[in-house]
Amino acid sequence: MRMETTDENLALAAAGGDRAAFAALVTRHYDRIHGLAWRLTGSAADAQDLTQEICAALPAKMSGWRGDARFTTWLYRVVVNACADLRRRHMTRARAADGWGDWELARQAEIAEARAAQDWLEAAMARLSPELRETVALVLGEELTQAEAGQVLGVSEGTIAWRMSEVKKRLRRMAEEEGL
Amino acid sequence: MTDELDRLKAGLRKAPPAPDRAAREAALSAALQSFDKIHDAPQGSADAPRPMPERPKKSGGIAGVLDMLKSLSPARVLAGTTSVVALTVAVIAIAPGLREGPPKPQMPETLGVSSTDPAMVPPSDAPGEQADAQANATTADATAADAARADAQNSPMQKAAEAAPAGAAVDQDGGSVAPRVAQEQAAPVAPAKDMAAAEPMAESYGAAADMTIAENEAPPLAAPAPSGARLRKELGGARNGVAMGNQAAPAASEAVAPDAYRAPMQSPSTEAFANADANPVKAVDAAPVSTFSVDVDTASYAMVRQSLESGYPPVKESIRIEEMVNYFPYAYPQPEGDQPFRPDVTVFQTPWNPGTRLVRIGLQGRSAEVAQRPPLNLVFLVDTSGSMDQPNKLPLLQQALRLVLPQLTAEDQVAIVSYAGSAGVALPPTKATEVAKIGAALDNLRAGGGTAGEEGLQAAYRLAAEMRKDGEVSRVLLATDGDFNLGLSDPEALTDYIATQRKSGTYLSVLGFGRGNLDDAVMQALAQNGNGLAAYIDTAQEARKVLVDQLSGALFPLADDVKVQVEWNPAEVAEYRLIGYETRALAREDFNNDRVDAGEIGSGLQVTALYEVTAPDSAARLTEPLRYGAAPVAGETGELGFLRLRWKAPGASESQLIEAPIPAAETAPDSEARFASAIAGFGQLLTGSTYLGDWGWDEAIKLAEGARGEDPFGYRIEAVNLMRLAKVMQP
Repeated sequence: MRMETTDENLALAAAGGDRAAFAALVTRHYDRIHGLAWRLTGSAADAQDLTQEICAALPAKMSGWRGDARFTTWLYRVVVNACADLRRRHMTRARAADGWGDWELARQAEIAEARAAQDWLEAAMARLSPELRETVALVLGEELTQAEAGQVLGVSEGTIAWRMSEVKKRLRRMAEEEGL
Repeated sequence: MTDELDRLKAGLRKAPPAPDRAAREAALSAALQSFDKIHDAPQGSADAPRPMPERPKKSGGIAGVLDMLKSLSPARVLAGTTSVVALTVAVIAIAPGLREGPPKPQMPETLGVSSTDPAMVPPSDAPGEQADAQANATTADATAADAARADAQNSPMQKAAEAAPAGAAVDQDGGSVAPRVAQEQAAPVAPAKDMAAAEPMAESYGAAADMTIAENEAPPLAAPAPSGARLRKELGGARNGVAMGNQAAPAASEAVAPDAYRAPMQSPSTEAFANADANPVKAVDAAPVSTFSVDVDTASYAMVRQSLESGYPPVKESIRIEEMVNYFPYAYPQPEGDQPFRPDVTVFQTPWNPGTRLVRIGLQGRSAEVAQRPPLNLVFLVDTSGSMDQPNKLPLLQQALRLVLPQLTAEDQVAIVSYAGSAGVALPPTKATEVAKIGAALDNLRAGGGTAGEEGLQAAYRLAAEMRKDGEVSRVLLATDGDFNLGLSDPEALTDYIATQRKSGTYLSVLGFGRGNLDDAVMQALAQNGNGLAAYIDTAQEARKVLVDQLSGALFPLADDVKVQVEWNPAEVAEYRLIGYETRALAREDFNNDRVDAGEIGSGLQVTALYEVTAPDSAARLTEPLRYGAAPVAGETGELGFLRLRWKAPGASESQLIEAPIPAAETAPDSEARFASAIAGFGQLLTGSTYLGDWGWDEAIKLAEGARGEDPFGYRIEAVNLMRLAKVMQP
């Protein structure tokens, strides 16, 4: 029964104190949270930690849930924000992180390393600014429409379209540099 | 064309590493635990949900603030934090205004906190009673609650609770913002139509709409902080089309939020200016000797121009009149023989005061042929921190540096060091003729991350030392938006470090980019200690002037530690006033002390200083003669004073002296002298100087227009147009 209940109804019930509804909801979406966290951070360890953090924070965040948005859109936003938070924390501590999260810290070295390792995905993501990375993680990784991604990121659809074309440009430049 | 996109998509769609089973269990149980904690707790005492972090957006407005916060040095973080908290108060202030407009659930996915949920209304544990009470009033209205909820993800109650304790901190910085906001909302704040009109704009322009709202809604806030509006504009950056990628402000939240940050913006302006009070009139009988260091910086004029062109009067503290005057090339006679520079003194009637005279001291550096100059070793130290990611910052910088390359010869070497998070050598020392290689390295510079300026600086100096051969000049060019944390917990240690490096033969120049963050004071300090110039670059045109036209000059020093001392003759001069050079004043005894640092003159550059002097018998004299002072020396007329200049050959430790009397004879000023005095008048008008009397914008414009001379690069006509702009803006 529960599994057929919509996310939105489950979320409403959970916000009202229904423990079973909340458990079902978190179980249903754990992989989604983890997947996006990985796409955003590029690090399995970071993704795992972040997912735990997000899950633990969900009840508090959801207590005001009013069902006026798609649950997944809201959830994606929570994840994106948590990753942005993590990125900022990394920056503050100025310590190297795993994955392409340390883009800010050792960009040039990293690009070179990634290139040497022939890890195209890592090199490509390392090239993108956090905004662009979030955008591709949602549009390409989670296959959201540009409008949905815009809702998650709190920007217009046009901005998403612009960012995607920017991504294309950078990838093309990268391809040229590789001599492809 | 979309091959790469497909490839990226495939990479991202590829199943993420399977989550660890134990981790999954742990996460789920953590989720349930915190669920239980919230829902088992008696209502009213549960932890309020932590507001979700505001996402930094670069679309100006609030984003500007947050963006800056990302890379602030620790000392600034506190101020920044209070500002973010404070703006939450103002968000509430806007809500009653929205009440009259249609509810706009434009961000339905927003997680608001139910306004009727008593658990969310902390009884009165928040110290800020006023804000709290007001917030209650707001949420009592269902529509208003909706509107407030539409504001980002933060619950209004949460904001009130957070904002209240911050009130005290805000008081210190920005002048009791919170209480004022709270009081204001007692009155209906904004007519609905104002909000409605503003909103469409807000959606596309963010900060621009903010201005509209600010005018409509909150004159009381604007009034106590006249600089608030200015700073907002600077930070918003919308006028420059900055941050094109993010210009679409999220509807409701931005419509409210940028408006809201008007209050806190008073406190965390991260622009800091080097300035001192304007030089006063000095009586010759009390202080017959005036000493200062030359200044070849031009940053102040560029900042003034940038402000005026974007439609607001420049911050007074940013105005250094000598830098405005020295921005312009003047045709002074070339030095003769081996002299590195030549002083040229002219005395003429003061345009703004018939009872006084202006003494213009012009120093002309010898123009060296580019082909004959010693090889240059340039290390570009480029700030690639996240805040540089704006069209008028990093891209302009890349463009500017590219402009330099054709001016360099095969003997010159270039290296690039970037600093962001960790410092890296982006380009090892390379012959300047390898344009493709250098260009590629420039292209690869991308903005992002925090700033580790100190490491970058050290790496740059290390490279510069490696590149320097005997008899060569090495120079580090630091390009930054001022948001550089060069180990600034101890600024003195930094300037000492730069001074030490200067002695070892590496000079430092600072190029400032962008506004809002610019730490002008630090720029000045660094360049002054590094024997270099500080310039502010806002356009490609300015980049050309600073880096190309003056390349052979600024980068090639002729004379170091150039000090000027004038001893006034009390028989001819009762009072004098040095116009500008406030930050360059030296003590009288410093003149002969070779260990005291002073400014440099580069090849082909001019330095101009203006004194306004009053004769003892002039009606314009402001001070009374001393009753018991020494009787004026009779007979020694014909000389206004005596000019002494000290300078060192680059690298030398002992100074040389040049002396020349200043003739008392008044001459008809040439166009160079008239233009310099017009610019000095311009600067004084902008700073609201009291010495100008009735002389105003019209007179300044007329004077400058009539003194344009040849003006091959159009610098002077640009100044005239700036004066016209300033005239409109100033009462």
